[in-house]
Amino acid sequence: MSLVSFASVEKTYASRSGTPYTAVRSFDLNIAQGEFFCLLGTSGCGKTTILNMLAGFESPSSGTLHVNGHSIDRPGADRGVVFQGNDSLYDWLTAAENVELGLKIRGVDAVKRRETVQHYLSLVGLAQQGSKHPSELSGGMQQRIQIARALANDPDILLMDEPFAALDSQTRATLQAELLQIWRTTRNCVLFITHDIDEAVTLATRIGVMRAGPASTLKEIVTVDLAPEDRVRTSERFMDVYRTVHALLSDEVAVAQRQAQ
Amino acid sequence: MTMTMTTLQPKAPNPVARLFLGSFGTYLVSFGSLFILWHVAATYVVGSALFPSPVGVVRQAIVLALDGSLWSNTRISLARILSGFAVGSVLGIAIGFLLGTIPVAKRFIEPYTEFLRFIPATALITVAVIWFGIGEASKVFLIAYTTIFIVIINTATGVASINRNKIRAAQCLGANRFQIFRYVQLPAALPFVLTGMRIAMANSFTTIVAAELVASNEGLGKMLWDARLYMLIDDIFVALICLGFIGFAADRLFRWAILRFAGRFSPIL
Repeated sequence: MSLVSFASVEKTYASRSGTPYTAVRSFDLNIAQGEFFCLLGTSGCGKTTILNMLAGFESPSSGTLHVNGHSIDRPGADRGVVFQGNDSLYDWLTAAENVELGLKIRGVDAVKRRETVQHYLSLVGLAQQGSKHPSELSGGMQQRIQIARALANDPDILLMDEPFAALDSQTRATLQAELLQIWRTTRNCVLFITHDIDEAVTLATRIGVMRAGPASTLKEIVTVDLAPEDRVRTSERFMDVYRTVHALLSDEVAVAQRQAQ
Repeated sequence: MTMTMTTLQPKAPNPVARLFLGSFGTYLVSFGSLFILWHVAATYVVGSALFPSPVGVVRQAIVLALDGSLWSNTRISLARILSGFAVGSVLGIAIGFLLGTIPVAKRFIEPYTEFLRFIPATALITVAVIWFGIGEASKVFLIAYTTIFIVIINTATGVASINRNKIRAAQCLGANRFQIFRYVQLPAALPFVLTGMRIAMANSFTTIVAAELVASNEGLGKMLWDARLYMLIDDIFVALICLGFIGFAADRLFRWAILRFAGRFSPIL
């Protein structure tokens, strides 16, 4: 059985003008345990809507959505979220305390908490920065805190909403490589939202390409069967996958641009 | 990345130490020069019995301190301020959180706060005395009244301005309603709460003097009123300076608390 399953999910928003806006329609998707699934689409295609429903921040207008066989109706510790910006970090807490909070909330004892925090801070390369506040750390390090915070809570699935979009390209590449490394050791299930083909091909085991909105849905799913050493732009195999995905997405980009005009 | 770390290091030495080490010297110089200026103005420029020099005022302050009246008046005014301020702050914080978190509560409570906050505490002195008598109760009521609205509005603003993702992140960590309050809303709103309390503290001083001027048997306001009656100009200045110093100390205390508990994130200061 798959870990995550969307079945004919639709999300319609009431709008101020009165005409309701349908972001996604007839959305079907199954994600298995241990997968790194990238949801790729143009801006405004409803990919964040999908993540928000899975996280439990929003509920589907119709259709069903299950994680581990349970219907989703609210946020929960089984689904860890890494947000795009740093505004979800608690700036009055240190990096270590940010990571610790989930454990504290779940009532883990202090000794175990310290161990776990240290483990996950090391995992994201922040072992020495635990006592610093988020504001003292760079954008890349802030995203590492978020990743450590989500992982420390041992979720069934990690939901990432364009977590590296605001970073410079060098930092982004470093974090992508580190995330892959972490994923290979933990084998956590990941749903990763991005608009960057490069990022999707680098990270994903499968890429779901979305149609341009409104009433978006999955256009096609591309399986990325690349060895770790092929997950770099200079690899010919990487470029093959890139071209396939690019071809799928470019039509949607054209549609989105026409709509914007 | 190590580079950024080292360059950030000098910023770290804590703001509390900086405030006291850096400011103490400047305070001394600035207060000292104020007294010198005052002395020059009183002795050489004005030269009137109605504008005493600081030397005479300090001498009178010592006399009043030794006979105990300065101390007891100060203590009484301060006790009134503190108890009223505590009542107003506790209620204000509770109501502020309610307003900030529950939209329905906001709709019900806001008309009260928006209406009442425009009736100044000084305008309520007469009512307060009729209701609660000339003793402590009326003063505590007035101070609480003058405190509560500023604290409510600041707290509610603080709670309402918390980034949605901070709440969502806590929910994803498994936090229940109380844990969200305890671990996210309370610390996030703290700088706003303390700032509201700081402004309210200043208002409390205005209110207590006005209340004691009009209706009281003791306190610094009463001391001012009596001194006016008997034309004891030195006593008036002693009371004024006393108020200035206590207010200044209370405000520093709040500044310190804001820096200590919420310093680096405070939008104010």
